[in-house]
Amino acid sequence: MSWIALKMLVGDRAKFLGIVLGLTFAALLITQQGSIFCGLMLRTCGQITDITGADLWVMDPNVRFIDDVKPMIENNLYRVRGVEGVHWAVPLYKGQARAKLNTVDREGKRINVIEQVILLGLDDASLVGAPPPDKILVGDLGRLRKPDAIIIDNNRLAKLYPGEPWRTLEKEGNGFYTRFLGRELEMNDHRAIIVGVCEATRTFQSNPVVYTLYSRAKYFAPQERKILSYILAKTEPGVSPAVVAKRIEQQTGLGAASSDEFMWKTIGYYMKYTGIPINFGITAVLGFLVGTAIAGQTFYNFTLENLKQFGALKAMGATNFRIIQMILLQALVVGLLGYGIGVGLASMFGWANQSPKSDLSFFLRTEVVGAIGGLVLVYLLLYVGRLITRAVFVQASVVTTLGYLVAFAAAYRYMLQGVKGTELAFYCWWPVPLVTGVAVVLICILSSLVSIRRVVVLEPAIVFRG
Amino acid sequence: MQDVMPEKARLTKPSSPDVAVRIRKVTKHFGSGDQMVMALRGVDWDVYTGQMSLIVGPSGCGKTTLLSVIAGILDADAGELTVFGQEVTRMRDRTKTRFRAQNIGFVFQQYNLLPALTASENAAIPLVIAGWSRGKAVSRAREVLGMIGMGNKTESLPSQLSGGQMQRVAIARALVHEPKLLVCDEPTAALDHEMGLTVMELLREAAVRPDRAVVIVTHDNRVFHFGDRIAYMDDGAIRRVEERSNDAQPNSH
Repeated sequence: MSWIALKMLVGDRAKFLGIVLGLTFAALLITQQGSIFCGLMLRTCGQITDITGADLWVMDPNVRFIDDVKPMIENNLYRVRGVEGVHWAVPLYKGQARAKLNTVDREGKRINVIEQVILLGLDDASLVGAPPPDKILVGDLGRLRKPDAIIIDNNRLAKLYPGEPWRTLEKEGNGFYTRFLGRELEMNDHRAIIVGVCEATRTFQSNPVVYTLYSRAKYFAPQERKILSYILAKTEPGVSPAVVAKRIEQQTGLGAASSDEFMWKTIGYYMKYTGIPINFGITAVLGFLVGTAIAGQTFYNFTLENLKQFGALKAMGATNFRIIQMILLQALVVGLLGYGIGVGLASMFGWANQSPKSDLSFFLRTEVVGAIGGLVLVYLLLYVGRLITRAVFVQASVVTTLGYLVAFAAAYRYMLQGVKGTELAFYCWWPVPLVTGVAVVLICILSSLVSIRRVVVLEPAIVFRG
Repeated sequence: MQDVMPEKARLTKPSSPDVAVRIRKVTKHFGSGDQMVMALRGVDWDVYTGQMSLIVGPSGCGKTTLLSVIAGILDADAGELTVFGQEVTRMRDRTKTRFRAQNIGFVFQQYNLLPALTASENAAIPLVIAGWSRGKAVSRAREVLGMIGMGNKTESLPSQLSGGQMQRVAIARALVHEPKLLVCDEPTAALDHEMGLTVMELLREAAVRPDRAVVIVTHDNRVFHFGDRIAYMDDGAIRRVEERSNDAQPNSH
């Protein structure tokens, strides 16, 4: 009787669209808000994820998050190097500086620009913490050792140089950035020369990230007695970073954490001490509630309007179990459609806000294959369970697979590239579509439960009441 | 199609019809306290195979309640109901549902066709409930629709049909699975007089068979002459049962 259920469902187009729209809205809002939340959280720890090569971050024990810099005395570097299991340890400066430059605005008028930047001072010898070669868009990391040299990230260049032809960026690609090589800035009354433009994860404050040498950072930064912000350490091969971290803490009294631990510590701080999770949580819950209200109400109305028809089916010998199957199948179909369209629209939203836009081609990642495989499996189970016919199985599988390919193409392509360079913090982390799916399933279950209850207690004798 | 459309000769009442439905002291009430209404007050009645039995009476006299009890879609408070030898009052819900699916055909006053399904799909529903595949059920339904003069409307949606045509589809749906008992609730109430007569003629031609009983609730006295037996109800009880001779039947000459 599945075909009867499906024909009943799509037969009333207005209600069918209403239910799908309600679920789409809920899925869209939950995915979009969830992704923005994840994007923001990722930005809070952008510098931690960008710095690779070191196993441990060593810091003042009272540091709560990456921007909560508590400078240490230089001696701590040597003490850390002396801890057993530490292969090497290098200094890292992280602070705020003010960049000044004279440039032109969009109308070509000369203006003075003063912009706050995040200054990262890398170990002079090893350059540990520098962007990897594939993230250097133009220039050369080696040139960082030249006098007054800095490498700047591309995110906020438009703010520093508003008069450049930014519209041509997409057309010219990375070559666009060559025009900035050799340009001068002024930081703390010192000259800084751009020798490279790199890609970096946008920070929470969205300030440009400037890389320079550790020894030079103290000239660019406002005068401070101590400039050692963090120590980046590598453990000996075969020695557990967790064990070494503990040793560092015991022997030096400093704090030590792996990149992952420090990242989650930073995220944990923002979760606990800012209203961000509550605000986004409220929006996501609202999406869930509104979705439940729209989809649930429409679905219930749909059942109510078909009550006589369900009564007729019951009178003619359809069991409650078969009618429940019909309602669940209807809920499943609208749920899958609403979820697919909602997640797809959220992905498109993310892609539309990306700058520069990535193309929509995508790679067959395991997650995509898994998601589509899961859907086909659901249909297969329905087919095996004789809930749908072979024709419905084939059509539904093909249509939803294509729909999901488009949706995930945008989402995953975005995940690969987008988070680095967008104005909007949008990061569709894999649990977000999963949570959205759970929410949509819950909405469908709640909606269908109300309808099922109504139909189960329905007396078939209702059909004889005019 | 012979099974579905018996020849006219087969419509005549058998000389000694079997009892298809036996009703004894059946009572049914709705509501409670001051609001309580006794819909059936100890009804006794027999319905025979090969006959068209009518239940008539004023509004609110309990006709539809009695029909619902006979059809097994409403439980009586007390009394005994036997349909083709099976005691329906003692059946469990699941058994009763299966019994209905196999043995009873329904024609409703408001047709109750599913608006999203075509005429043939609507007519195929009892077969689908019985477990037939969609293709076979719809194909069989088309045959039955053809037999009742709806062969050119098999792919029409209910919204594209007139009231009389919809009732014909409903009759095809009621007969498609060869039920032993056909129950009809005011099948002519939503139709004009002429169409009502046509539908009643169709029911006599297509439904009445020696091994099938047909029970129709109606308050339309213009169609009384179609009945072989007429039970007059009032205030929850059958007051009088009238037998009619074959000569009175418009189709029996």
